[in-house]
Formats: sequence, structure tokens, C-alpha cells
Amino acid sequence: MNSIATTHIIRFIVLVLIQALVLNNINFLGFINPYIYILFIILYPIKNNRLLFIFLSFLLGLTVDLFLDSGGVHAAACVTIAYARPVFLKSVFGATYDHQTIKFSSTDFGQRITYFSIITLIHHLILFSLEIFNTSKIILILKKSLFSSIFTILLCILITILFSRKNK
Amino acid sequence: MQQIINFLIKNKTFLLFLLLFSISVFLTFQSHSYHKSKFINSANFLTGGIYKSANNIKQYFGLKEENEILLEENNRLKSILFNVKTEELKQLYSNKKTSINYKLITAQVYKNSYSATNNYLTINKGIKDSVKQDLGVITSKGIVGIIDNTSKKYARVMSILNTNSRINSQLKKSDHFGTLKWNAESPQIVQLVDVPKLAPVAVGDTIITGGRSTIFPKGIGIGKVVSFQLDETENYYIIDVKLFNDMTNIGHVYIIENLDAEEISTLYNQDE
Repeated sequence: MNSIATTHIIRFIVLVLIQALVLNNINFLGFINPYIYILFIILYPIKNNRLLFIFLSFLLGLTVDLFLDSGGVHAAACVTIAYARPVFLKSVFGATYDHQTIKFSSTDFGQRITYFSIITLIHHLILFSLEIFNTSKIILILKKSLFSSIFTILLCILITILFSRKNK
Repeated sequence: MQQIINFLIKNKTFLLFLLLFSISVFLTFQSHSYHKSKFINSANFLTGGIYKSANNIKQYFGLKEENEILLEENNRLKSILFNVKTEELKQLYSNKKTSINYKLITAQVYKNSYSATNNYLTINKGIKDSVKQDLGVITSKGIVGIIDNTSKKYARVMSILNTNSRINSQLKKSDHFGTLKWNAESPQIVQLVDVPKLAPVAVGDTIITGGRSTIFPKGIGIGKVVSFQLDETENYYIIDVKLFNDMTNIGHVYIIENLDAEEISTLYNQDE
């Protein structure tokens, strides 16, 4: 139990630092940045204390906001996906997901991609809508969320494959 | 009473979500207005410190470029200096009271962003170095932004690439002025709006800061006109300006302090 907590604390710090110092300077084509810190929310254990989980997600978003000077947009997006995560889990992995302790590395690859994509798309949509906050720029919001999502999903999948401990 | 408590316990997750979500939305709205994002900004000791150590490494990779920029600026200043007669210089220095209105402080950029709609820079000078809110920030080529938040050692600069930024600027060849804004589309192009239709605008004209605010002195370069059109009312121009500065690559900056700013603003406040 203790080692799991340590893993998550380290993951939290490493993801925030990578996000702030490396990924936010990519600016591919001028505006596309991946936001892989949501891996923390995606990979958080399924059996959890929901209150703590939502609070941690808020803290994660707020820390990223601190680094990126973005007010509270990351915090808002993170809290939303953390709150809605059980719904996505249920729709992707079936209704019985919480009875079996799913390990993400042992799930079907296609299911995993769907799960990642739903969470990422919703996160980015909320993120950019709040950041731009202008209905006349809806095209810009959609463009930014779509392209950044593709980038984020690709990176997330690569990272989970690279760092998965399971060897077939 | 029992029912209320039961309700609270039953919906505690949703209520926590609602609470945290409203806090973040509140912070977001605050950040949309100038000067209000007091708590969530990168000019604090934690983020400033981390950016500082990252910058210590990053600095080495840009040394050559920085050197070239400095050389170029030195070259320009020297050529001005050698072409000015010594008597004129002496005269300039002798009446100190009138000539010294602006104080310059150098600073280094720790963090820069240009892909969001509200971009900010973090620099390594703060209250300790007598940097305050509302000072202008420039490079040797042109303007960068205005300081909007300070901590002890760091300050946050609201970049001109920020949809909240409004800077008074004008055409170089005539005194027609307008407001410099950004429409969040390209980090190289900003918009100059509210320039009257009568102004003689042409592609390639230089845009400089107007002296109408206490932040920037008059005549600092901003950019060149790339295109212009009339707005909906057909009375004012919207001018696309290509910046002299490459906002995506900024190393060293100068902070300008107008020593008369207080006097001027008290003068304006008397009117109200």
C-alpha cells in the first residue's frame, strides 16, 4: 500500500515537472502542446477514495496552472475528468469494471485507446473552452483541442507502453 | 436537519466536485482581468525557483545568439554615439533634471509562452530590485509587455501576446494613434485597432509606442504594417502588425521605469 502511494506521489511530481519544463516548450506548429500530466488521472487506481482522488486531481491541475500562468483552467478540466472517470470506465470496460481489479497494462489495447481518447478529448475541450472563453472563436477552440488531443493520446500510449512492467 | 445532513453525505462527491470546479472557474475568471490573479501566478518562490534552475541549464544553449544580439545593439549604440558631437553630449548630461526620466533595469526571462491566448513571461527581477507593477518591458528590438505581478525575487510580465493587453501605439510617420491588441492567432502578428480612417496607412509602415501612457516612452519600435482594412463601422482601421521582436525567442529584456509616472497619474486623477 505504501509503495503504491509513493509511486503516485513520484508520478505526480515527475509529470508536473515534465509538463512545465519540457512539453510546454514544444509548441509544434506554433500552438500544439501535449498535456500528458493527465496520465496521473488516467492511471490512478480504480479502487480508490473518490473524495481524495478528486481533490488530488484538483491539486494537480492547480500546480500546472501555477507553472503555466493559466488561472484555473487546468484545475477545472482535471476535476471534471476525475469526477466523470467512473462513467468512462463503465462505458469502455463494461459494467463490471469495479468488481475485477483491472490492471491497465493487462486490458485490451483497443479498449485502452478508447478510454485514453475519451478522457483526453473531454479534458482538452474543457481546457481550451475555458482558456479562450469566446464563442466567436469556437473554430480555434475545436482546432486546438483536436490537434493537441491527438498529440496527447499518442504520447500517453507510448509512455504507458514504455513504462509498463509486464513482460509478455 | 437530519435530511439535510443525509443529503450532504449522500452527495458528498458531487458537492466536492462542484466546490472545486467553481473555485477553478473563479480563478479562471480572475485571470481574465488584468492585475487580479494574485495567487495563481508563476512569480512565486516555488515555480520561480524551479524555472530558475531549469533556465541555468537552458541559458548555455542560447549564449551564441544572445551574444550576437548584444553585439548588434552595441554596434548600433556606438554608431549613434560616435556621430553625436561632444558638445551636444555634454549639454545632454549637464541638465540632468530634464533628461533623465526613465530608469532601465536588465532582467532575464525564465519562462516564456506564446501558444496560449493569455501569455505571460516570468523574469528574474522582483520587488527586491525595485521592480513594480505597471512597468514596461522591452528588448533591444521592440516591446515585450507590461509587468502585472511581482514577488520578492521574480516578476510576471503580461506579454503583448495576451488578449487582455492594451498598449497605446501610433504610426511613426504621423501622430495617428490606436490601441495594440492581439487576436490570439499568430505569435508574430498583433493588431492595431481604432486608428482613424484619415490616417495615411501603407503596407510597410513602422508602428511605434505612443507616448500617451506612463508605461512606455514614445518611439519604441513595435513592428511593421503587413495589411490593413476598415472595421465594421467603416471609420477605423484594423491594422495587422508584424512584430520586430521574435516573441518565441526572448532571452534578455529591459524593464523601463518612468520616474514621472506618479506625478502624471496624480495629475490625471485630479480630473476624475
